[in-house]
Amino acid sequence: MTESCVAEPTNSVIEESPTESIPATEEAACTHLEDFLRMDRIPHIWCPGCGIGTSVNSFLRAVIDSKIPQNKLCIVSGIGCTGRVAGYINVDSFHTTHGRAIPFATGLKLANPELMVVVYSGDGDLTAIGGNHLVHAARRNIDIKVICVNNFIYSMTGGQAAPTTPAGTIASTTPYGYFENQLNLPQFLEACGAVYIARWTTFHVRQIQKAVCECFKKKGFTFIEVIAPCPTLYGRRNEYRTGLDEMKMFKEKSKIKNNIDTREATLIPGQEIVVGKFVDRERPNFLDSMDEHYGRVLGDAYKPYTGAIA
Amino acid sequence: MVEVSRKPKGFVTINQERCKGCGFCVEFCPTNVLQLSQEYNSHGYHYPIAQAPEKCSGCDQCGAYCPDFAVLGSRNNNKK
Ligand code: SF4
Ligand code: SF4
Repeated sequence: MTESCVAEPTNSVIEESPTESIPATEEAACTHLEDFLRMDRIPHIWCPGCGIGTSVNSFLRAVIDSKIPQNKLCIVSGIGCTGRVAGYINVDSFHTTHGRAIPFATGLKLANPELMVVVYSGDGDLTAIGGNHLVHAARRNIDIKVICVNNFIYSMTGGQAAPTTPAGTIASTTPYGYFENQLNLPQFLEACGAVYIARWTTFHVRQIQKAVCECFKKKGFTFIEVIAPCPTLYGRRNEYRTGLDEMKMFKEKSKIKNNIDTREATLIPGQEIVVGKFVDRERPNFLDSMDEHYGRVLGDAYKPYTGAIA
Repeated sequence: MVEVSRKPKGFVTINQERCKGCGFCVEFCPTNVLQLSQEYNSHGYHYPIAQAPEKCSGCDQCGAYCPDFAVLGSRNNNKK
């Protein structure tokens, strides 16, 4: 925080300058976030007005709130703008190949079940390139926490239309508008078997923070979809000139509807964005069901699994 | 005569060099404390300044929205 400066009061009525009461740096929340960031890599590459940084901000606040030890948390990302998250968070983090964040995270979790494994990646990486992995990790209920930043297009590769692109969107590959059916992620993940599903936009910073805390407490496959602005490749082509314009749209058009049927979780930018916590249920996770099954079939010959490393 | 003033409940710390001028903090501050400066930082962005610091409640809404970890709202310890 060496370069930081405290905004000087411009109003002379104030007798006591706010600068007098700056708490010791270790008390300031900003410095707490900085402990979890690789400060040598900040500023990050994300464009001005990009929502990924805001989602990371909320995520780190949740990590601090949940008091997860830094050496027990792992972040796994795939490829894409959101795929860069792994590189900025100061915990053991892995930047994997395109679409393969979930299989990597599955291996990590099964080898060392003590770890809190978070998959932090984008919509293209998780639901298109790696869509099959998403299906089966949710089906098996592997205990990993997935955060999917959805900005409606493939951003790093140049703004092409993706499975999550809403109808009518102008993308670099659809100059006359997109006409295909859009994948409704909460509905899809509910069918696959995820135990916790929520959708928030980057306007809902405190809700994201709370949702991440809830996921850390929950055992099993959890999924948070974070709708984020991408002014550079989505917004500019679709009436939101800046990230702020898109954030204002999120504020105006979001409707919080907790626990609704995920089929009704519509996502039409500019018209209606249904957000909230949609699913929170219990199902035995992969390792528990494995222990239960083999314990029953093999009896005393089976020792409950405690990980591949001693 | 001495003008009596209340010490603000909070204050905001801004790291000007880290800012990319997205304006999220300015827009979402509940009491409109911030505005973007006319000045540029060394990367060419307009960073926020506290134009009404006396209105700051220290809620840290600005800090929660900042994608670049450049803003932080803190509460004053108004003990006296
Ligand atoms: S291209 Fe889009 S998603 Fe990627 S950093 Fe820029 S604004 Fe963010
Ligand atoms: S701490 Fe709250 S009141 Fe103060 S500038 Fe930030 S958002 Fe505004």
